[in-house]
Amino acid sequence: MTIKSRILMSVAAFALAGTAPALAQTEIQWWHALTGANNDVVVKLAEDFNASQKDYKVVPVYKGSYPDTLNAGIAAFRAGQAPHILQVFEVGTGTMMSAKGAIKPVHEVMKEAGEKFDPNAYLPAITGYYSTAKGDMLSMPFNSSSMVMWYNKDAFKKAGLDPAKPPKTWPETFEAAKKLKAAGYDKCGVSNAWATWANIEQFGAWHNVALSTKVNGMAGFDAVLNFNKSPAFLKHWTNLVELQKDKTYDYSGRTNNGEGRFTSGECPIFLTSSGFFGNVKANAKFDWGNAPMPYYPDVQGAPQNSIIGGASLWVMGGKKADEYKGVAKFFTFLSDVDRQVKLHTESGYLPITKAAYEKVKASGFYKDKPYLETPILELTNKTPTDNSKGLRYGSLVQIRDIWSEELEAALNGQKSPQAALDAAAERGNQMLRQFERTAQR
Amino acid sequence: MQKNAYFQGLTIPFLLLLPQLAITVVFFYWPASQAVWQSFLLEDAFGTSTEFVWFENYQTLFADPGYLKAFINTVIFSTFVCVFSLSIALLFAVMADRQIRGAEVYKTLLIWPYAVAPAIAGVLWIFMFDPSLGMLARGLQSLGIPWNPRLNGNHAMLLVILAATWKQISYNFLFFLAGLQSIPKSVIEAAVIDGARPMRRFWTIVFPLLSPTTFFLLVVNMVYVFFDTFGIIDTVTGGGPSGATETLVYKVFSDGKGGSNLGGSAAQSVVLLIMVIAMTAIQFRFIERKVSY
Repeated sequence: MTIKSRILMSVAAFALAGTAPALAQTEIQWWHALTGANNDVVVKLAEDFNASQKDYKVVPVYKGSYPDTLNAGIAAFRAGQAPHILQVFEVGTGTMMSAKGAIKPVHEVMKEAGEKFDPNAYLPAITGYYSTAKGDMLSMPFNSSSMVMWYNKDAFKKAGLDPAKPPKTWPETFEAAKKLKAAGYDKCGVSNAWATWANIEQFGAWHNVALSTKVNGMAGFDAVLNFNKSPAFLKHWTNLVELQKDKTYDYSGRTNNGEGRFTSGECPIFLTSSGFFGNVKANAKFDWGNAPMPYYPDVQGAPQNSIIGGASLWVMGGKKADEYKGVAKFFTFLSDVDRQVKLHTESGYLPITKAAYEKVKASGFYKDKPYLETPILELTNKTPTDNSKGLRYGSLVQIRDIWSEELEAALNGQKSPQAALDAAAERGNQMLRQFERTAQR
Repeated sequence: MQKNAYFQGLTIPFLLLLPQLAITVVFFYWPASQAVWQSFLLEDAFGTSTEFVWFENYQTLFADPGYLKAFINTVIFSTFVCVFSLSIALLFAVMADRQIRGAEVYKTLLIWPYAVAPAIAGVLWIFMFDPSLGMLARGLQSLGIPWNPRLNGNHAMLLVILAATWKQISYNFLFFLAGLQSIPKSVIEAAVIDGARPMRRFWTIVFPLLSPTTFFLLVVNMVYVFFDTFGIIDTVTGGGPSGATETLVYKVFSDGKGGSNLGGSAAQSVVLLIMVIAMTAIQFRFIERKVSY
């Protein structure tokens, strides 16, 4: 991959040197991690942009999975060959923003290029995740999703539940899962993908409970995890552990590998990303729907708002002013209302601007497809608080592994829920302290 | 005097050695020394801030209970994979070495799994044993066995051991078969004439004569379980549940690649390197004595 891109770059450099300066197109390298239909979206966007003007040429390059793309970007930067735009998943946000010299904040790029840029035009629940505590936007949101509860309407009918009224709270969800279990879904009543995203990160935001000090890490790398002291977390984990015993709740792994359990009809209630939509549409042979994530009604303020997943576009540092200008133009192009409307309605990604959302809403699109609006309703349910803006921890990939390990230890009975929560916070804090030392502030 | 009869001066011998030396230096010593250097540094992912911390990465490592756990996992995993893959391969080779019909087809089929990449091997086993999708997993569940490698650490460990063993059997089989075929028939015929039964012939003649092959395979298998199996572990369990299948090499991979913790990961690779060097040295020093060439 690196060799290929090097060849590409040297060819590009040669081409630039060979042509007359007046005709020279500035190339913008865009490394991304999207496959299949989503890859087509990326290529189409680049083609449309290149056709819309003559000065800049955006070249999209597929670099593998999200972690692969991040690692390719890191390796390229170390070798002085970084692309201009790097797509990074939300988990890598802390890593990216701590590398001061390696990236150039989007708000600076836009300002220096003189592009019209109003941070308030974007949906705060989305941009908040990628902004500093002061509100400066660091990266450009691109494909965003959130976590929703998918449910099998046919199974609901079979169990005597009303498919038009999915459970709203966790106690109701567990009741429904028990009924479903009695109706033959005995391997799994309710489950979720992305173990820690569902049971720690989204859970904290949705219940307005802090995961750590310092605005969940957004106000400083000296954040200390303290969610283990929250009664809401203890209650939820205790319930999961209890219900795992008879499979009313059944664990489905750390990533989204378990999503097939929903589409195959094994798990009738399944919490996972709203981005699961394409898969459900293609593979579920039953009537389905989705609903906001359940909450505990006795937790004050719940439900608050959900947080996003997905990825954003980072601008890498050390490039020429002219190239940054091209990047800025491309970002303006991406934020265009009609383009966002099209992206949202065709790919299922969330719109990033308020205007685009309003326009889709006004068109009546959601009447037929309410399941595409559920994640937006969750994200915008209330004005985000310090506990629900998002989270920003260095080494989050490793911390998520640690959290998963502890959740697994609780579910398989090695540890009590409280001991597992304590260990999750304590071991996470060790990672945070180490990261704090390497991070430049 | 005689030396000069072969080479005048040192230039030509060095020139002849150069390609091999260059390959060794570029592909082994250079990366290895980089890893040693990296293990003394504390660095952010992009390398924009670097601090020399002496042995701190090692101290952190040995203070981490997860590292000890990974060590124990590695011992369990490597022992089972080595013993299973060697003994099953030997059994197959002895069977295939007999005069049986269709022996060639048999042998070819046994060699196939070696062509499968570790990650693909992992996926194949997941297809069979995934608790909700796997055919065999459903069979186990219908027998009343609560098979669930997603949460049960022992089940997960068993699954990766099976996958890693299956992958290695064909390689071992190939070498054992070649070893068996190079044993002179006259020796065995002499034993038959003396009235030795098959089992006795095997343990007193075939097995000792096969010892160079067995020893070679032991070393190769050790290296295989320590370094090449992370693809299988990554696809089958991802080191879970709760770290039950996280081996030393998988930890190097997940901490370094997933966690961007280069210093810690480099320290782990150095420790691993030293361990494997030590083990290989011990094998050559003590076990090789028992090998009769």
